[in-house]
Amino acid sequence: MISTDSRLVASVSRLRPMRSLYAGNATSVMQRGWLATRSSNWLVILSGFFEPIFYLLSLGIGLGSLVGAVTTSTGHAIPYAAFIAPALLATAAMNGAVYDSTWNVFFKMHFAKLYQGMLSTSLGPLDVALGEILLALLRGALYAVGFMIVMQALGLTLSWWALLALPAVLLIAFGFASFGMGITSYMKTFQQMDWINFIMLPMFLLSATFYPITVYPEWIRWFIQAMPLWHGVELVRGLTTGDVNIAMLWHVLYYLVMIVLGLILTTRRLRALFLD
Amino acid sequence: MATVPAPVITATNLVKKYKDFAAVDGISFEVAPGESFGLLGPNGAGKSTTMRMVGAVSTRTSGDLSVLDLDPNQFGPEIRSQLGVVPQSDNLDAELRVRDNLIVYGRYFGLPIGRVKARADELLAFAQLEDKAKSKVDDLSGGMKRRLTIARALINDPRILLLDEPTTGLDPQARHILWDRLFRLKEQGTTLVLTTHYMDEAEQLCDRLVVVDKGTIMAEGSPAALIREYSSREVLEVRFGSEKNAEVAGRLEGIGERVEVLPDRILVYSDNGEAELVRITERGLHPITSLVRRSSLEDVFLRLTGRSLIE
Ligand SMILES: Nc1ncnc2c1ncn2[C@@H]1O[C@H](COP(=O)(O)OP(=O)(O)OP(=O)(O)O)[C@@H](O)[C@H]1O
Ligand SMILES: [Mg+2]
Repeated sequence: MISTDSRLVASVSRLRPMRSLYAGNATSVMQRGWLATRSSNWLVILSGFFEPIFYLLSLGIGLGSLVGAVTTSTGHAIPYAAFIAPALLATAAMNGAVYDSTWNVFFKMHFAKLYQGMLSTSLGPLDVALGEILLALLRGALYAVGFMIVMQALGLTLSWWALLALPAVLLIAFGFASFGMGITSYMKTFQQMDWINFIMLPMFLLSATFYPITVYPEWIRWFIQAMPLWHGVELVRGLTTGDVNIAMLWHVLYYLVMIVLGLILTTRRLRALFLD
Repeated sequence: MATVPAPVITATNLVKKYKDFAAVDGISFEVAPGESFGLLGPNGAGKSTTMRMVGAVSTRTSGDLSVLDLDPNQFGPEIRSQLGVVPQSDNLDAELRVRDNLIVYGRYFGLPIGRVKARADELLAFAQLEDKAKSKVDDLSGGMKRRLTIARALINDPRILLLDEPTTGLDPQARHILWDRLFRLKEQGTTLVLTTHYMDEAEQLCDRLVVVDKGTIMAEGSPAALIREYSSREVLEVRFGSEKNAEVAGRLEGIGERVEVLPDRILVYSDNGEAELVRITERGLHPITSLVRRSSLEDVFLRLTGRSLIE
């Protein structure tokens, strides 16, 4: 995680002149977030962690015993639990990242005046964006790592490629955290925020999570493939089942675009709101 | 011969427009190092907007502005790193404890943790909040929050402290504690820039001030000089009852240097209030109440704008 951070910081600092946007001090924002979580609701944090694990146990093990094997998009037959586990892993990363980068950010932006305070110091909007996003990423990563341990214990990781699932979930969490904060920073009302839930649930259920995408008619497939979670599911599933091919780089690219887009949106919005 | 030190803030024809509305409409002033400078004006005068531009969190529409010899439009972070800011409404971090508020804020400036911790403890003492170090921010009183905000603004040893209405909403005792703290800072040589709509506050704390109304400067000078220039030494306040004030006013021709008729009372400006009262009663007019007091900045404001400072 630290290397992701410093690599990003290095690549960002090459983009100067950005003096007024970035002070190279996103870590102070992360430290603040870490201190603040101490006073937050641990029950909410824990429930987010256990949710995908319960899905895995009930659907993967329970339903899986009825379903038997499933054929992946590249035509391999694998046990049902091993089929849905990577999807739930990607979902865990998404949930953790989205929780911190949407509702929490919305609250801080509109009620706590936190960013106003931060931006009257030498911090720039990109420091704030990056700090908050990396913290959200961390939450997603924690959920995902916990889930991976459970997967391992249940014997659901089928390949050495699964080691790469770790950076993959980091990427997924980063993408969702960044894009989530980018979107949230433009939201003005609670009603608009509800749209996030409205999109997240069907995305979770439909993104080839519980059955192969081939069960859908063509037009629904296009739609799902345009959504971010499907790319995460495919990427992680390929890695944990050892079904790896070069086309998976498209999924990586999808997330890189999300990350950059989210950072740009958030930075612009923070500047417009607090440094007009 | 003493040379005049270069100003730390120079504003020339500063303008801030929101769409077509000019919140700040061409104001110019300078602040010398170590000076305590005030912006006095009613609600909506443009005080906060001016402060935000000086604080490099708002870009000007036109005019020139230099803060610590830098242009805020280009060097926002550099300027902000040398400022302490107390915004009009507190924006303390409610998710952090009192002492952590100071420490975390210091870290935003990129200051080393050891130094920030030591400074936080000094500032807790300064703000008389030592026994609240571990409290939640929401458990503090309004005055304590304000003191914490000031302490927080000092964490980076700023060269200029910007205070936007530092005591608005506080009870008299809390205000006096705060003034005392600010006075100490002033004695230590910190440059203070503050906005207020309290005359007594401006008189207590400001070496020099500008009176702002509708985005423009109406007058500038030390509190005493402004009073001398725009008011008389004393003011006689007489009340004849709200119906009769206007009618009586017509019969006060030649009394005092100047007469202001307000809805609830009449103000007579003169160097000798008692003498004017005698002259009024000689005309057969008998006020319900009368009061002679020294002129204040309120009178200056009334003279300049024809309105009271606090509606
Ligand atoms: N972001 C903004 N968008 C539009 N108008 C604004 C904005 N900020 C301030 N204004 C307007 O600019 C004018 C000056 O506001 P400002 O906050 O500077 O006044 P002030 O002197 O600080 O008043 P107060 O004593 O009430 O704090 C007001 O009429 C206000 O409505
Ligand atoms: Mg104001």
